Amino acid sequence: MKEEIIIAGFGGQGVLSMGKILAYSGLMEDKEVTWMPSYGPEQRGGTANVTVILSDERISSPILNSYDSVIVLNQQSLDRFESKVKPGGVLIYDSYGIHTPPTRTDIKIYKVDATEASFEMKNAKSFNMIVLGAYLKVRPVVTIENVLKGLKKSLPERHWNLIPMNEEALKKGMSLVVDV
Amino acid sequence: MKEEVKLMKGNEALAMAAIRYGADGYFGYPITPQSEVLEKLEAEMPWDTTGMVVLQAESEVAAINMVYGGACCGKAVMTSTSSPGFSLMQEGVSFMAASEVPALLVNVMRGGPGLGTIHPSQADYFQATKGGGHGDYHMIVLAPSSVQEMTDFVALGWDLAFKYRCLSMILTDGLIGQLMEKVVLPEQRPRRTEEQIRQQCPWAVTGAKGRKNNIITSLELDDDKMEANNNRFQATYREIEKNEKRCELVNCDDADYLIVAFGSQARITMKTMELAREQGIKVGLVRPITLWPFPDEHLRQAAKNVKGILVEELDAGQMIEDVKLAVDCKVPVEHYGRLGGNVPTPDEVLDALKQKFNIVSK
Repeated sequence: MKEEIIIAGFGGQGVLSMGKILAYSGLMEDKEVTWMPSYGPEQRGGTANVTVILSDERISSPILNSYDSVIVLNQQSLDRFESKVKPGGVLIYDSYGIHTPPTRTDIKIYKVDATEASFEMKNAKSFNMIVLGAYLKVRPVVTIENVLKGLKKSLPERHWNLIPMNEEALKKGMSLVVDV
Repeated sequence: MKEEVKLMKGNEALAMAAIRYGADGYFGYPITPQSEVLEKLEAEMPWDTTGMVVLQAESEVAAINMVYGGACCGKAVMTSTSSPGFSLMQEGVSFMAASEVPALLVNVMRGGPGLGTIHPSQADYFQATKGGGHGDYHMIVLAPSSVQEMTDFVALGWDLAFKYRCLSMILTDGLIGQLMEKVVLPEQRPRRTEEQIRQQCPWAVTGAKGRKNNIITSLELDDDKMEANNNRFQATYREIEKNEKRCELVNCDDADYLIVAFGSQARITMKTMELAREQGIKVGLVRPITLWPFPDEHLRQAAKNVKGILVEELDAGQMIEDVKLAVDCKVPVEHYGRLGGNVPTPDEVLDALKQKFNIVSK
């Protein structure tokens, strides 16, 4: 098993932490994992992306040219990464603010209205977990149990009270994702 | 503390490895892309557990001279910085080399010259392997290509530095520093006692109770004595060259072409090798682990039956000089590299390999 993923969006959307939770979940399943951020002055407002690889074997390059799964959270990222999905691969996007939707026909395209859902949940911070839920529904590369375990590993103990909210957001994402 | 499996950035793993080694002191000044080293050390607060000193100096120049001071006392001391910061340290580095004191220096390289960018580069290869500071000296230069090696080379670096009374350097870049991977942290070693330091480092300034005082200096105005010092340094370097060359060879036995790459770029080109082999192009990978001493014999052996060698490095062509010397120009050697903080994708390197050697894939 090997899954090569890129998550891209605005800084502040939780792109890097979503990748981190995914990487931790892989670790819980005893997989080899890499997490490579685009680091730099893009904490807020600019674009941020992270490449996560989960594999049963030793991982060679943490930087790739094409991906099994691409998760894009704004128009700029969609424009940049739609062409980078491997044929037969998966593209997931949040439709909020998207004026030019993806058009490729040789990949599987899914939409999740995570921004709106996070507004409804009155919790903007649940956004990235809704997206992660949507992704795991489409590509069940790790189990929800292990995501929650991974979350526990990546969060300091004082934030463990947030885990139930994150679980709810994951499930919300799973129910919201639609095939386009 | 026992061995532990963690998910960590290269920079953080390096900090943890220093604590676990039983280090006595870290002195540094923040600079991207290695600021997590100091941040992690301060978050861990080892002064409360092992007694390790962690100090943010007022500048890189101050930091390297604090390392110099600690090293003279036989302590396990280190600093870490990134390219422009390491340039500032060069005077201290040369003085320490001439004083024959052990220390661990880390350069998490970024794109230069000048202040440059904060993104990965390998353009400090010459500075690390051929000097940087003045005079005839060398450091043992280790090039980790994974977060695990960022951890393991801390202990290796210090062990070698104490063994030869020389400087060890970990030469890495922003890619490995920022990359998070699974890592096994070693068991906690106790810090050495003052008595153990006196035994291990009889040359150190440890208080001259019951013995003649030790004087550590890089100054020697008598030319004959200074020549003798230099001859002693050179003898140590020859000994290191004899014993410490390290290299990883992957798929070189049946290879028609070799890619030579170190550190982060060995990871990128490992994938290039996989892609090439899927297309029926027999590529092998030579990954120098010690950049000085350069593993020339490993390379000569691997290159015996190949048609060409591509050296991929994040600079305009530095390691390629050592590669050409190693194979005595008997094999065509070409260079490919991105500059200024850009990193090639594995496909890009494969295209370069095909183009430079006119390879048509099956």
